Amino acid sequence: MSATTSITDDAGAVERTRALLTSADTGRRRTDRAMTVLIYGAFTLAVIPLVSLLWTVVVNGIERFNGDFLFTSMRGVFGGMDMGGAYHAAVGTLMITLTATVISVPIGLLVAIYLVEYGRGALARATTFFVDVMTGIPSIVAGLFAFALFTIFLGPGAKLGIIAAVALSVLMIPVVVRSCEEMLKLVPNELREASYALGVPKWLTIVRVVLRTSVAGITTGVLLSIARVIGETAPILITAGVSDSINFNPFDGRMMTLPVYIFSQYRQGPVPCREDALDCLVGINFDRAWAAALLLIIIVMLLNLIGRLVTRWFSPKLR
Amino acid sequence: MAQRIDVKDLNIYYGDFLAVEGVSMTIDPKSVTAFIGPSGCGKSTFLRTLNRMHEVIPGARVDGSVELEGVDLYGDDVDPVAVRRTVGMVFQRPNPFPTMSIRDNVLAGVKLNNKRISKSDADELVESSLRGANLWNEVKDRLEKPGSGLSGGQQQRLCIARAIAVKPQVVLMDEPCSALDPISTLAIEDLIQELKKDYTIVIVTHNMQQAARVSDRTAFFNIAGTGKPGRLIEMNDTATIFSSPAEKATEDYVSGRFG
Repeated sequence: MSATTSITDDAGAVERTRALLTSADTGRRRTDRAMTVLIYGAFTLAVIPLVSLLWTVVVNGIERFNGDFLFTSMRGVFGGMDMGGAYHAAVGTLMITLTATVISVPIGLLVAIYLVEYGRGALARATTFFVDVMTGIPSIVAGLFAFALFTIFLGPGAKLGIIAAVALSVLMIPVVVRSCEEMLKLVPNELREASYALGVPKWLTIVRVVLRTSVAGITTGVLLSIARVIGETAPILITAGVSDSINFNPFDGRMMTLPVYIFSQYRQGPVPCREDALDCLVGINFDRAWAAALLLIIIVMLLNLIGRLVTRWFSPKLR
Repeated sequence: MAQRIDVKDLNIYYGDFLAVEGVSMTIDPKSVTAFIGPSGCGKSTFLRTLNRMHEVIPGARVDGSVELEGVDLYGDDVDPVAVRRTVGMVFQRPNPFPTMSIRDNVLAGVKLNNKRISKSDADELVESSLRGANLWNEVKDRLEKPGSGLSGGQQQRLCIARAIAVKPQVVLMDEPCSALDPISTLAIEDLIQELKKDYTIVIVTHNMQQAARVSDRTAFFNIAGTGKPGRLIEMNDTATIFSSPAEKATEDYVSGRFG
């Protein structure tokens, strides 16, 4: 008797539990589906222009992208001649960006160390504020600043790679400070204390523990800041000018860079060829611009690849 | 090797806030002294003043004196960095350097200070420190592996090895077992018994049984209420503190009536 009741009771309990566990919350399910569609939609929308951009650059640029383009300059090239390349612009881009990095990274890193390890009170707050303000400086203003600065020393109209590098540093420093600051803040305080407790002075703790632990993140931050400035055109155009020749020395003479090269090639537009000219390509300037754009993207990708390797090499390993 | 610590009328402040008031005590060499008391009573704060680690926190300061064999640690000509080399510390959570191998973690005190050490001396120091921390047999085959790959208890013993590798006179331990399981705790407690042959050990613990098990002398700290400074209520041989304490508050605490 009692056994039967308990069985029926159990059956009822199973039913109730099943109802409890399977009852579909239709409202939530609908929201879930709607959000899924929305998120995938937004993702696709974001990826379309990116893929389209890469595709266009590769398709338009691959035609002229060859050894000849990579290793010749524009010296003595005119009209619709089927020659000329972006070697001088690639050299200029690398030299100017490297110089800018050499200027910005020590300054930016030291400022970040000050803010995280030492800075207190008004000076630190003011520094943070002005770094934020600097982040918003339009690049052309940075260019004008560098131009005006060197006008004081060299007189008006000086065009050197170093001036462009200074302009780019003005843009780079705040990015380096911000990213390094975030990375240094991520280093657990316990590690600093562990180091102090071993009788290690503060400066050695910063150099050997804090920077060593955060080097992977700092590398990423530096590379992001390089990516931020490597495509700048306007400040370089007014500080390093335009050139057709190869120049490795940022302290002597004008320098071409890839973005300026792209700009000046594109601006020249189609070549007015004579009917009977054999060695004349109408669209050569556009082709060179696209190939240079492809080269610029490849350089940035290579830098990112190197950064990833550095990050992997230095980041703390678990076993 | 081990040295004695005399604390006289020590007040500890964070800015204007008096955190610990009027502590005087003597810590015997080659013994284990335990600090017990409820949370927030200032025992960790007090421990950190014994090697000037509290100065890492901006605004922290003390008055009174802490003497190591009669030399005031807060004297004008005393270098806090040298103090920390003489009075080592082990923290609550194991904190091996994540970028270093087990071997480099043990050598951290030497290497981070940019001191040169020959390979054979380094090998010897690594082995003796790891043996001293009862860790050698577990890690001798993987010294080049990262320290963060060890278990929590092993990491804590690695931190102890790292602390004794700089050859301190005194080792401070701030709740060294609170993040560990009972087996690892037992390993650390056994280790403390061995370490006291050579070092003066001061340990903060929330676990009264642990204080009873490992320490020779016990100090009980208490706090009258939030916002009030912590005080040293009573210090005596561990057996006396746990069987017949002089103060009512101590008896209430060790018998589990509060805390």
